[in-house]
Amino acid sequence: MTVERILPTPEASDLLALVCDIADRELAPRAADFEARGEFPRELLRLLGRAGLFGLPYDEEYGGGGQPYEVYLQVLEEIAARWLAAAEAISVHTLSCYPVAAHGTDAQRKRLLPDMLGGELLGAYCLSEPAGGSDAGAMTTRAQRDGDGYVVTGTKAWITHAHHADFFNVFCRTGGPGPRGISCLLADAGTPGIVPQAAERTMALRASPIAQVAFDGARIPADRLIGEEGAGFRIAMQALDAGRLGIAACAVGLAQAALDYAVGYARGREQFGQPIIDFQGVGFLLADMATAVSAARAQTLWAARLKDAGRPYSQEAAKAKLFATDMAMRVTTDAVQVLGGAGYVADHPVERYMREAKVLQIVEGTNQIQRMVIARHLAKG
Amino acid sequence: MNIVVLVKQVPDSGAERELRSDDQTIDRSSANNVLNEMDEYAVEEALKLQEALGGEVTVLTMGPEQAGEAIRKALQMGPDKAVHVLDGALHGSCAVATSKVLAAALRTLNPDLVLAGAESTDGRVQVMPHMIAERLGIAALTGARKLTVDGGTLTVERQTEEGYEVVTAATPAIVSVWDTINEPRYPSLKGIMAAKKKPVQTLSLADLGISPDEVGFAGSTSTVVESTKRPPRQAGTKVTDSGDGGVQLVEFLATERFV
Ligand SMILES: Cc1cc2nc3c(=O)[nH]c(=O)nc-3n(C[C@H](O)[C@H](O)[C@H](O)COP(=O)(O)OP(=O)(O)OC[C@H]3O[C@@H](n4cnc5c(N)ncnc54)[C@H](O)[C@@H]3O)c2cc1C
Repeated sequence: MTVERILPTPEASDLLALVCDIADRELAPRAADFEARGEFPRELLRLLGRAGLFGLPYDEEYGGGGQPYEVYLQVLEEIAARWLAAAEAISVHTLSCYPVAAHGTDAQRKRLLPDMLGGELLGAYCLSEPAGGSDAGAMTTRAQRDGDGYVVTGTKAWITHAHHADFFNVFCRTGGPGPRGISCLLADAGTPGIVPQAAERTMALRASPIAQVAFDGARIPADRLIGEEGAGFRIAMQALDAGRLGIAACAVGLAQAALDYAVGYARGREQFGQPIIDFQGVGFLLADMATAVSAARAQTLWAARLKDAGRPYSQEAAKAKLFATDMAMRVTTDAVQVLGGAGYVADHPVERYMREAKVLQIVEGTNQIQRMVIARHLAKG
Repeated sequence: MNIVVLVKQVPDSGAERELRSDDQTIDRSSANNVLNEMDEYAVEEALKLQEALGGEVTVLTMGPEQAGEAIRKALQMGPDKAVHVLDGALHGSCAVATSKVLAAALRTLNPDLVLAGAESTDGRVQVMPHMIAERLGIAALTGARKLTVDGGTLTVERQTEEGYEVVTAATPAIVSVWDTINEPRYPSLKGIMAAKKKPVQTLSLADLGISPDEVGFAGSTSTVVESTKRPPRQAGTKVTDSGDGGVQLVEFLATERFV
C-alpha cells in the first residue's frame, strides 16, 4: 500500500518518490535472498549512498542533504518496508556521523564530514561492551594519551558494520570511572590494532552481521577527539536520542510491510467458502494492526517535528522508540498468525519480519531503558 | 557536442490507461503520469556522451502544463536545461503535426545530436525520429543498442529482430535508442535540488512561427474515430493433477504451440 504522506517541500516529495523507486527495484527483490545467504549488500548500500541517502539530516554546507528529520525518517521507513537491514545500515551510518556533525570543531567538520556523508563510506558506532550494554557508563575500553595521539585498548560488542565500516566512533575511557571519564574518538578502519572479530550468529538481520571489535593498542591521532575529553557519554546519549527515532521509523516501515502482506493474503485466502478477511476474528486483528501502525507513525513523526523545531525531544524520542518497536513486534507476530501455516515458512516474508522486529526492541537502548528514560523525565517533572 | 534529448510524459504503462470519451485522446487526468521509460535511456546516453565529450544537454518536450513534471524528472538525472513547447492549440496533434512542432523547436536549438527513445509506451508508433529527420534533412539512426561517436561520425548498432545492423552517419543526426543501450542512472537528492534551478524555456506556437491550424485536431492527418476497450483477460486454464498432470501440461503447451 502506498502510505499517504504530507511532506514539507516538493523536493522532499521527489526524494520520497525516488527512494520508493530505488527500494522497489533494487532492494525488495533481493532482500530475502541476501538474508538467506547472509551476504552484506555493500554495493546496494553504495547505490543508496550515491542517491544522497547517507547524510540526509546534516548540513548541506558539509555535504549533507539538509533535510529535516521528519523527511529523513520517512525515507528510512520506506526503505525498512522493503528491507530492514538496508534501513538499519543507513540509520547506524547516520548515527555514526552525529558526533562530528554536532560536536566536532569547524575544522573537523570541514575535513571529515564531506567524505563521511558523501555516500561511499560507511560508519560504525562503538558504544556497547561485553560487560557494559545498558550500563554504557561502566565501559572499560581505555584510551591512554601518548604524545599526539591516544592508544586505545579494550573490546566493543555487537558492533553493526564491524567488518565493513570505513570509520569507527569509539567511546572510551580517558579519565576516571563513571560517565564523566568517557571520551569520543573517530578512528579510520585501517588503523593498526583495530581488529573485527568473527561475526555473531544472529536470529535475523543476517545480511548485516554484527561482531565484537577488539582495540589492541590502536593509535588514534589526538585531532580525532570529538568534543572535549570527558564529554563522550553526553555525546553518545545525544546521538542515541536522534538514533532512536531512526529505529522507530524502521519499526514503522517493517510493520507496514507485515500489515500489507497480511492484508493481501487475507483477501485472497478462502476458508469455509469466503476470504478469511471477512471473518471478524481476522478482520479485527488486521484493523488493530493497521491502527497501531498509523499511531506509531504519527508519534514518531511528532517527535521528529519537535527535533526539527529545535525543541527538547529526548522524552518523545524514547516514547516513540518504545511504542513503535513494541508495536512492530506485535504486528509482525500477528501477521504470521494471519497467514497460519504459511506464515511459519520462509516462502512468505512474514516469519522473517517477525524475527527482524525483535532486534528493534533491543538496539539503541532496550525498551526497558526507554521506559527508564521516560520515567526519569516524569520524576523530574 | 550539443545534444537535445526528446522526452515525453506518458501514462504509467504498468497501470490501467484510458482514452477520453469526448475526443479519444489519452486521459491524463486519471492516469499516473511518468517520464516515458525509453526516454530515460536516451537521457543516460546523452549524459554519458557529455561526460566523455563535453558540451551541453538539453531536454525538449511538447505537452501540456503537467508535462513539466517529466521535464523535472529528466533534469534530475543531470541535463543542463530544458525547452517545453506549450500551447493550448497543440491538444489532439497527431504524429505528423507533432513532428512539425518538434522540428521547429530543434531548429532553434541547432544540436549536433538529437537523442530519443525508440518508442513511447502510449503511442508506440516509433516514427517520430524518422519524421523529424525528414523535416530537418538529417540522418535518422533508429533503434540503437549501441552508439559511438568519433568526431563528427556516429556509429550505431541498430537492433533488429534477427540481430543487429551497423549504420553510420555524419552529425547532425537523430538517434533513437532501445533499453538495451545502457543502464540509466538514478537521480540523487543533489540532482533533485539542482533541477529546481535549471532553466526551463517555454515556447509557444507563435514563438516557433507555426499557425494553430497546422496542429491540433485541425492540422492532424489522422484522427482516432473510435476506440474499444481491450477485452478483459480470460481466466487461465487450471490443471488439477490427478496423476496425469504432466501429460495435461504437455498437451496444453502443444495445443498453444509453445513446444
Ligand atoms: C543486531 C544488533 C546490533 C547492534 N548494534 C550495535 C552497534 O552498532 N553499536 C553498539 O554500541 N551496540 C550495538 N548493539 C548492542 C545493543 O545496543 C545492546 O545489546 C543493548 O544496548 C543492550 O545491552 P546488552 O546486550 O548488554 O544487554 P544488558 O544491558 O545486559 O540487558 C539485559 C536485560 O536487562 C535489562 N536491563 C538492563 N538494565 C536495566 C535496568 N536498569 N532496568 C531494567 N532493565 C534493565 C535489559 O533491558 C535487558 O532486557 C547491537 C545489538 C544487536 C542485537
